[in-house]
Amino acid sequence: MEKKLNTPIDDLTRESLTIGDEVLISGTIYTARDAAHKNLVEALDTSQKLPFELEGQIVYYVGPTPARPGKAIGSCGPTSSYRMDKFSPKLMAKGLKVMIGKGERSNELVAEVKKHKAVYLMAIGGIGALLSKTVKSSEVIAYSELGAEAIRKLTVENFPAIVAIDSKGNTIF
Amino acid sequence: MYKIDRNLIVNTIKEMIMETTRTLGSEVIKSLESAFGNEKNNIAKNVLSKIIENQRIAKEENIPLCQDTGVCVCFIEIGRNLIFDYDLTEAINEGVSVGYTEGFLRKSVVKHPLNRINTKDNTPAVIHYDFIPGNKMIIHLAPKGGGSENMSTLKMLTPADGREGIINFVLETIENAGGKPCPPLIVGIGIGGNFEHVTYLAKKAIFRPIDDNAKIDEDRLLEVELLERINKLNVGPMGLGGNTTALAVKVNSAACHIASLPVAVNLQCHSARKKEVTLIGKEA
Ligand code: SF4
Repeated sequence: MEKKLNTPIDDLTRESLTIGDEVLISGTIYTARDAAHKNLVEALDTSQKLPFELEGQIVYYVGPTPARPGKAIGSCGPTSSYRMDKFSPKLMAKGLKVMIGKGERSNELVAEVKKHKAVYLMAIGGIGALLSKTVKSSEVIAYSELGAEAIRKLTVENFPAIVAIDSKGNTIF
Repeated sequence: MYKIDRNLIVNTIKEMIMETTRTLGSEVIKSLESAFGNEKNNIAKNVLSKIIENQRIAKEENIPLCQDTGVCVCFIEIGRNLIFDYDLTEAINEGVSVGYTEGFLRKSVVKHPLNRINTKDNTPAVIHYDFIPGNKMIIHLAPKGGGSENMSTLKMLTPADGREGIINFVLETIENAGGKPCPPLIVGIGIGGNFEHVTYLAKKAIFRPIDDNAKIDEDRLLEVELLERINKLNVGPMGLGGNTTALAVKVNSAACHIASLPVAVNLQCHSARKKEVTLIGKEA
């Protein structure tokens, strides 16, 4: 049975998740991949304001295809998370609690997830068509010059993912 | 002498891109379905069923299978009796540009590895040319994703490392890659040649039909043994465990130096998008 999660996900719910749990997320999530992460961390390092408040938020590693007219988004599956390992600890230090991507992450990252009682969820790679059906709206909120890599605010309904690193630092891999 | 109209090339490339990014070949679907039937692990079964459902939705909704619509890789076989009074590479890239723009596909190419400025139309493609007899041109095209490409490897083994050395290197590559290249994989392996040729062989290998067995005995035996051993690694679909890590292993070999044993492993994810089209030249 999948667990239904509504955003923002409260601490108790998040900390009760364990590896292997299948979840369905509904609510707001933000997209960011390589270039957006670089920008976010640069903004933090130079004490600039971030395009969205990280506290308690969910970041999804994705660079979608362009939406066809009348559609909220194009194909939108996860990209490999390990490339964000360098940046994520700084974002977690600012309150980021949930990351969604695909694939393994470094041991250092696992330790940071545990430290911040965050979670890492895995979405299935290469099923961007299926996942696009769970996205109800999408709006570019920052770095539009980055195209597919811009930060988007998504409203999702029953977005499927699997708990891959839980808040206690257990990993599924 | 024979000619192929430039517009025909542009349109063919465009159509191939639009089709491959949205529809998985029937041989890949069949292979995924039989993997689903043989898989014992529940999470793995769930992942495989979603992958199969995804290709159905992509086709129905006319939406790309995967958001990474790749870098366009082409192997072009040119009939020796064809003549070209235009720049063929330019024509292919025009087809890529139109296909990615009109097809609502992601532009994933940057101009320089360090300046990272997007070319905005997914050009240039990576194109390899070869000659064949006759008056036709065969285009093999694949939009190749970055996730699986990033996990591909090359190693210059020594002759003493031998067959066992090759096997260990391949298994190590796949185990280290884990879920990142989006398994189940098609594993393309090149052995022999030299430093650059071996990677070419590995890339060509992932273009082979999924049920094609190597003609050379040594290569075929490697394919069989490697497929079995890879599927015992328990990497599984998306790295979450299970016995479906690879759908197929393809080995291509070439002659090499007495001192060398190059081996390259090119990984193709389950979104194994590719197509072949033959164009016939008209008498000029
Ligand atoms: S590795 Fe393949 S299936 Fe996975 S995200 Fe990249 S292109 Fe898509």
